[in-house]
Amino acid sequence: MKIGKLILAAAAAALMSGSALAQDKIDVKLGVLNDRSGTYADLSGEGSVVAAKMAVEDFKAADKGINVEVISADHQNKPDIGSSIARQWYDQDGVDVILDVPTSSVALAVAEITKEKNKIFMNSGAGSSDLTGKACSPNTVHWTYDTWALANGTGSAMVKAGGDSWFFLTADYAFGHALERDTGAVVEKSGGKVLGNVRHPFPGQDFSSFLLQAQGSGAKVIGLANAGADTTNAIKQAAEFGIVQGGQKLAGLLTFVTDVKALGLNTAQGLVLTEAFYWDQNDGTREFSKRFAERHGGAMPTMVHAGVYASVLHYLKAVEATKGKDTAAVMAKMKETPSEDPLFGKGEVRADGRHVHDMYLFEVKKPEESTAEWDLYKTVATIPAAEAFRPLADGGCSLVQ
Amino acid sequence: MSAKAEPVSADAILVDRPTRNKRLHMTVFLALAGLLLIAPSLFYPFFLMKLLCFALFASAFNLLLGYGGLLSFGHAAYFGMASYVSAHAAKVWDLSPELAILAGTTTAAALGLVFGALAIRRQGIYFAMVTLAFAQMTYFFALQAPFTGGEDGIQAVPQGYLFGFLDLSDTMTLYYVVAAIFLLGVLLIYRIVHSPFGQVLKAIRDNEPRAVSLGYRADHYKLAVFVLSATLAGLAGATKAIVVQLASLTDVYWGMSGEVVLMTLLGGMGTIFGPMVGAAIIITMQNYLASLGAWVTVVQGVVFVIAVLLFREGIVGVLSKWIKKPL
Amino acid sequence: MAEIFSIPSAALYGQLLLGFINGAFYATLSLGLAVIFGLLNIINFTHGAQYMMGAFVGWMLLTYLGIGYWPALVLAPLIVGAIGMVIERTMISRLYKLDHLYGLLLTFGLALIIEGLFRNGYGVSGLAYAIPPQLSGGVNLGFMFLPLYRGWVVVASLVVCLATWFIIEKTRLGAYLRAATENPTLVQAFGINVPLLVTLTYGFGVALAGFAGVLAAPIYAVNPMMGSNLIIVVFAVVVIGGMGSILGAIVTGFALGLIEGLTKVFYPEAAATVIFVIMALVLLVKPAGLFGKEG
Repeated sequence: MKIGKLILAAAAAALMSGSALAQDKIDVKLGVLNDRSGTYADLSGEGSVVAAKMAVEDFKAADKGINVEVISADHQNKPDIGSSIARQWYDQDGVDVILDVPTSSVALAVAEITKEKNKIFMNSGAGSSDLTGKACSPNTVHWTYDTWALANGTGSAMVKAGGDSWFFLTADYAFGHALERDTGAVVEKSGGKVLGNVRHPFPGQDFSSFLLQAQGSGAKVIGLANAGADTTNAIKQAAEFGIVQGGQKLAGLLTFVTDVKALGLNTAQGLVLTEAFYWDQNDGTREFSKRFAERHGGAMPTMVHAGVYASVLHYLKAVEATKGKDTAAVMAKMKETPSEDPLFGKGEVRADGRHVHDMYLFEVKKPEESTAEWDLYKTVATIPAAEAFRPLADGGCSLVQ
Repeated sequence: MSAKAEPVSADAILVDRPTRNKRLHMTVFLALAGLLLIAPSLFYPFFLMKLLCFALFASAFNLLLGYGGLLSFGHAAYFGMASYVSAHAAKVWDLSPELAILAGTTTAAALGLVFGALAIRRQGIYFAMVTLAFAQMTYFFALQAPFTGGEDGIQAVPQGYLFGFLDLSDTMTLYYVVAAIFLLGVLLIYRIVHSPFGQVLKAIRDNEPRAVSLGYRADHYKLAVFVLSATLAGLAGATKAIVVQLASLTDVYWGMSGEVVLMTLLGGMGTIFGPMVGAAIIITMQNYLASLGAWVTVVQGVVFVIAVLLFREGIVGVLSKWIKKPL
Repeated sequence: MAEIFSIPSAALYGQLLLGFINGAFYATLSLGLAVIFGLLNIINFTHGAQYMMGAFVGWMLLTYLGIGYWPALVLAPLIVGAIGMVIERTMISRLYKLDHLYGLLLTFGLALIIEGLFRNGYGVSGLAYAIPPQLSGGVNLGFMFLPLYRGWVVVASLVVCLATWFIIEKTRLGAYLRAATENPTLVQAFGINVPLLVTLTYGFGVALAGFAGVLAAPIYAVNPMMGSNLIIVVFAVVVIGGMGSILGAIVTGFALGLIEGLTKVFYPEAAATVIFVIMALVLLVKPAGLFGKEG
């Protein structure tokens, strides 16, 4: 009897220790670094943290033996603050992956530090196509969009739709110039003409005189090569001057659904823009967005939030597959495995770090066409993944041979 | 500040007890050096280096404000342009760090000479406004000029090898170099203040007409201290660019000019050790309250208001009054 | 179409008109600053934040109390002015015996606090405030389409500016004010409550800022940073016009709006810098400003 009990006890102990060994937990720390208090707070901000957490839960990370902690910080759109936080996160706080980072100047700085510390940077919020071009790195994945894709979407699609003469209202700084240059190139390649441009100080407040010049040019399309408050102010003031009523179309070259919501359909109707994601696109996006809105004060997710969700999902899948978080192994896994999620559908991460997926050209609905608070867009065209992004060879990325 | 301002520990400055004060000051400097030696084992070295750069910046600013009696609302111009030139020199011209820093510092000196020569012609609030105007022009220049990289700034600045053999990408080496630069800068300021030149400067600050009547060319002294202040501010900016490996528009923005005024006011105008204390507090606050985002601005504003209403001598100023010795 | 310097004249007139409209804002704002500095020797760095508060109070009146634009034009300046008077009573008045620069530092700190608080409460994206229906739409002037609201801005600003100038330069009250600045003790001896006069004057200057804020709300987004973007420019205007001169502030405000408008046509990238270049030049040549009297 006693020996029997002993054997039973021993067997039980052996079994328990066996299963404990099999459960090697991987601790992962994700840092969501974005603008939480400034001009991009609505399109990224706390919503990105919500999206990241949702991805961790939907992936059921805990059940798979992966402990994920999500922290966040505000880079205030300043590269020095962003790079300070990134450095501290990697050096002192054990962060493995930095997510989001809108504002290209900050994103470039964070990409540099991530390369130096050999961690992983999965960007969703920034637009600079240099992240997968001149400044590409083996540690960067650029998920959601870039200026080339936006220029290509809005530029070529509008020319095809009849908008073949353009005038640019450009924010006078590097990003604005890049946006204008990329879009202008696409317009001319598609058979359109660029009639002129005017550069406004960045950030601007009063666009009346510049809008007047745009009006005077007679161009069919006025391209707004700026972002954030500059774009929304320009659109508001354009409405004041009756530009759209006068027959010219406005193209927002970097506009988000939160900008349109803030402007209201009365002011923004007819605006054409390109985005990578819209909450009402299909059942998959609708289901996610409903859950997101419940956790984010009723506001629908922007493409930036969606990108954070999808990139976390893809990363965790790679961690699970490689059973660890070794940077080189995980990056390789992410690039060799095609991605699939209900938000972006099928996609893949290219050698230069660029994630390719379909992009969509949208037009803002007229007030009478909208049936709900967030019913803002109608889809004009879908740009398939193969055409939506800059060809791999054209970027000047050193990783592509 | 003109004679209407409350003088900082007036008796302590006018009644100079040289030897005893000097011994006190040397002790404080030694303690400071000791603190700098052990600090990296207690705090994140990168944060400390940033702090030291700003402490030097504030000390340089105080040379002009506390000892020269001139409030410049545009010191970011020297800090920022030095930072840009230093970054550009290290990255594009491939200069070794000591030459890059030298390039940056020289730029600041030149800028200080030009702006100072023009600004000195005016007094008080008009002087402050001229310096602000020049700083704004510098900001817009930085925004437009291609070499500054606009919004992106100059990124990925290489740290290189100091004097050809000290590897600055090693954190501890870099730290000791920055600490050395800081100490040298502050010692230089100390020397300037406690020299005959410094005495005349204080006399001009307290009563310019009287100093002029005694035969001193007030304008020359004011320009000299302006250039010195701008140069040392430039040294701080140039060093910062190598440490942070980044030069951006924040460095030339007028908010930066406002911040250095706050650091000096909080720490104690007209004291040697005040500005570094002020800088330490403000930088630490910005770092630890970073998660609070916009609240940092509010807190800084509150500190400003309290400092101006109740605390004009600043922390070290109050300390100095207490021990009845100049600091 | 006639061309002037290769710009079609119609476009040029349009830009000049727009510049004039911007000048109206500069004039009203710098007027408030000039009143406060000229009569009280206080450099009110909080002016930008108080302008922003005017816009926000207007927005709040509409959103929380349903009070529309027209009453807000009167109420918002009164509320903001009252807040200003409280600030003056409790904080600024303690600094009168000290160097002017302490006043500047105090108001700078206050500006940081006010802007920070609003940023926390309302974010930075900007809140919408509709143009009142009576003023929407516009009139086609031939060389450009002028939104009615912008035309109203010019009219309202001119009326307020001229009324202020008249009160200060031509009435008894204004005379007391000017006398009180020069010799407060003597004026006090005549039985006039000088501290009260000072407080009211500060409140009035601040109310002017608030008024400009309400005027701005429908065309610029109501956002916490709207003041800090403008304040440096307004300072430049006041310094150019002459820090004590009421008329100087008004004339310079409009003139600079015009110059800025012209710059936007011929060399738009410099539009932001031109005012500072002019300020530096004026300070070096005639430091009291174009209309000012030194001292």
